[in-house]
Amino acid sequence: MKRHLPPTLLIAALLIGWEAACRLLHVAPYILPPPSAVAVSLATDAPILLAAAWNTLSMALWALLLASLAGCGLALASALSPALDRAVRPLAVAAQVTPVVAVAPLFVIWAGLDHPERAIVALAAIVAFFPIFSGATAGLKSADPGLERVFDLYGASRWERLTRLRLPASTPFLLEGHRVAAGLAVIGAVVAEFVAGSGAAQGLAWRILEAGNRLQTDRMFAALAVLAALGLLLHGAVHAAERRLLAWWAGTGPAR
Amino acid sequence: MIAALQGVTADYGKRALGPFDLALNSGETVALVGPSGCGKSTALRLLAGLEAPSGGGVVRKVDRGETALVFQSPTLAPWLSALDNVALPLRLSGQPAALAREAAATALDRVGLSGALHKSPAQLSGGMAMRASLARALVTNPRLLLLDEPFAALDEITRRQLADDMLGIAAELKPAVLFVTHNVEEAVYMASRVVVMTPGPGRVAGELAIEGPLPRPAGFRTTAAFRKSAEQVSEMLATGMAAA
Repeated sequence: MKRHLPPTLLIAALLIGWEAACRLLHVAPYILPPPSAVAVSLATDAPILLAAAWNTLSMALWALLLASLAGCGLALASALSPALDRAVRPLAVAAQVTPVVAVAPLFVIWAGLDHPERAIVALAAIVAFFPIFSGATAGLKSADPGLERVFDLYGASRWERLTRLRLPASTPFLLEGHRVAAGLAVIGAVVAEFVAGSGAAQGLAWRILEAGNRLQTDRMFAALAVLAALGLLLHGAVHAAERRLLAWWAGTGPAR
Repeated sequence: MIAALQGVTADYGKRALGPFDLALNSGETVALVGPSGCGKSTALRLLAGLEAPSGGGVVRKVDRGETALVFQSPTLAPWLSALDNVALPLRLSGQPAALAREAAATALDRVGLSGALHKSPAQLSGGMAMRASLARALVTNPRLLLLDEPFAALDEITRRQLADDMLGIAAELKPAVLFVTHNVEEAVYMASRVVVMTPGPGRVAGELAIEGPLPRPAGFRTTAAFRKSAEQVSEMLATGMAAA
């Protein structure tokens, strides 16, 4: 409980200061609505916002799944074939350093106007791909050289080396990659929806755009609050899963 | 003779070892002493058959599965229990899990870890992890046991305990042991023969037979014979350094 006190106090102080400033300085509500107005919007618009949050979350989760399959699969293939590794690396880096915003219009065209959610999932998956791919690649090379020697000594096959040594050794790297990727998938989904600029996907980013166009600033803040909560929730869930799995992996947790 | 290096050289860009000669007889424990970077570990890898020399010949009258290695760090797999870590060499040699585990439990018992079978490496102290690593090497009943500075990372008390346990195990199982170290007193204590190397590229700087029974009786470190042997080995090291 004591751990939660300082952040709670700080947030409360900020909200009170914000509310007081809005009232005392007579700030126009479309410039900066007081937190009370945001709270009212949160309550009245809850059904719309929660539905939008669910859409954004499900697009991000689909993107994470695709990125995970592609990232792990490609990393595994590169680990088995050094030539493929050298061939793929520059492309993977190029995909990472190209801003997602710049390629978004292309994906929107490919997905078609009726299915912007496909473009959004694809773009978020591209953003989430790199941390998973590079984590898996590094992880598959991370086995203790001494252990590699032990496998040499007892004549392990390539398959045994992969399943008994390199895959298990890569677990912490994979988990870390997925944790970073989960956050990026949400960011990617939001950015892609902004760029798609269409309401058809019905995500949180669209709600923010829509409210902005109507100067419903309180609703923009409400949507932002939901987005922040969504990010925190996902981060917390992935972090908890990572800790549990790591404890199981290292045999130090209650899971074993 | 069970394994030998005959005028071997090793080059990694430049000469790292040799020409170097070393012969191991079955059942004897030989210590290899030399300054850092002289090629001690390379000599050990050549004997293990993990690398081919750039010149000279390697004689190995043992099969792959009859050779075992212990490194300076325990190199245990963190995702496996102590028992499964020790069973690993047998599993890689194609033994069924139940048999491998049974042999692993016996090996862990031999190194005094029968109470830690199901602990993970993270739950073991440095000394215990090293013991598990030793058990992993012993589980195949090796005829050639190669130890690469196995006690270097341990504190003095643990190191002495492990040294005595190691000697007891060697006396019982009688493998040929090559014990690589940079510690002169440890070399004299552990071996019936000490081979001293020059700085890299390492050659033989000298060799000394160590008197006295193995395993060592209590108080062996304070005997005049021990002190004299250690001094002689130190002198060989110093001469080798000066000549380089």
